[in-house]
Amino acid sequence: MQFVNLAAEEKINPLIPHTAELIVGAVAFTLLFLTLRKFVVPMFEKAYTDRTNAIQGGMERAEKAQLEAQRALTQYNDQLSKAREEAQTLREEARVQGAAIIEDLRTKAQEEAARITATAHASIEAERQQAIASLRNEVGTLAVELASKIVGEALDDQARQSRVVDRFLEDLEKSK
Amino acid sequence: MRDLLRSGAEGGGFVPPSSGDFELPPIFGDNIYTTKPIALVFLSVILISAFFIISSRKAAVLPSKLQFAGESVYTFVRNDLAKDVIGHDFLRFVPYLFTLFTFILVNNLFGIIPLLQFPTMSRVSFPYILALTVYLVFHYVGIRKQGAIKYFKEIMFMPGVPKAAYILITPLEILTFFLVRPLTLSLRLFANMFAGHLLLLVFILGGEHLLQGVIGLKLISPFAFGIGIVLTFFEFMVQCLQAYIFTLLAALYIAGALADEH
Repeated sequence: MQFVNLAAEEKINPLIPHTAELIVGAVAFTLLFLTLRKFVVPMFEKAYTDRTNAIQGGMERAEKAQLEAQRALTQYNDQLSKAREEAQTLREEARVQGAAIIEDLRTKAQEEAARITATAHASIEAERQQAIASLRNEVGTLAVELASKIVGEALDDQARQSRVVDRFLEDLEKSK
Repeated sequence: MRDLLRSGAEGGGFVPPSSGDFELPPIFGDNIYTTKPIALVFLSVILISAFFIISSRKAAVLPSKLQFAGESVYTFVRNDLAKDVIGHDFLRFVPYLFTLFTFILVNNLFGIIPLLQFPTMSRVSFPYILALTVYLVFHYVGIRKQGAIKYFKEIMFMPGVPKAAYILITPLEILTFFLVRPLTLSLRLFANMFAGHLLLLVFILGGEHLLQGVIGLKLISPFAFGIGIVLTFFEFMVQCLQAYIFTLLAALYIAGALADEH
């Protein structure tokens, strides 16, 4: 295709291609295609892959951290409730033990009191028995003495009789 | 240059722009490889390569502004065109579709870039070549995928159609696959760019011509320029749209050839 006087060539058909332009178009397009395919597309694809991996990795990490936190939380909750239970048990035990101790002490005190009372009773009784025994003994002796005295002195008259009794009483008084 | 060329034939009156305005002479002597469209095509290759090589060089997980810009275009072609249309196994067509889209887009945009101001795709040779690549690619893919006999048989005798209908359908299908598709693909792009550029020429050269007229015509000329500016924005839209449509149809044809039954 020659470029002659354009003004004269008004009946140009724009649908007829130019050989030079066809060649250039094909060469330029191929050149661009090869360049983009070799240098650009792999790089953008690499950026895509890297980004996807980064996002996925990040998400996985976050998920893992969340799981970890969840687990720690359950663990803490478990521990807390366990501790609460334990405290409850301990309190209960202490209460029971306290009650038992008090009960024990009370029983012991009562026992002690009973024992002391019993001892006192026993000792009083023993003393009383002793007193009774000694009294009985003495009364017997006195009665015998008196009787022997009365028998020894012929109890014929009234005066004598009263003297004997008085003497006896005097003796008794002295002997005391 | 245009005025210089026309002045001989004009003799004063306004000559509306025509297809002759798209026939630009060589810049250097008689060498037909030095015309403006050819220079623009090479410029586009350099610009696209440079931009995308620089923007993709780091391929960082956290993209810089430049990488983000380049990646946005790439992502658009990769996901919205290749992935959505072709589906499974789309990745091996991404370089081709990406080249197609950026090449057409940048060459179209040359039409409204100051100083360059010529849409390369208004030279029909380039859309022809691009449509030819689409034609070769989608037939090649279809033959590779299904085998030559099965592929052509399915084009000519579409499955699931009553036998009598083949009288009508078979010629239409053959025409569609081997003639209409590449022709419409290239002519759509060419015609849009050609008409758009012609429209801009009419209003801007018209406005210029009006300025040289009498006072009344001088007052009208700003309107012509105003419409020219509005049309420039409109052209921007058309240029982007045409790049998109061309790439989308290429992807659709490939997807059709890959599908077991089209």
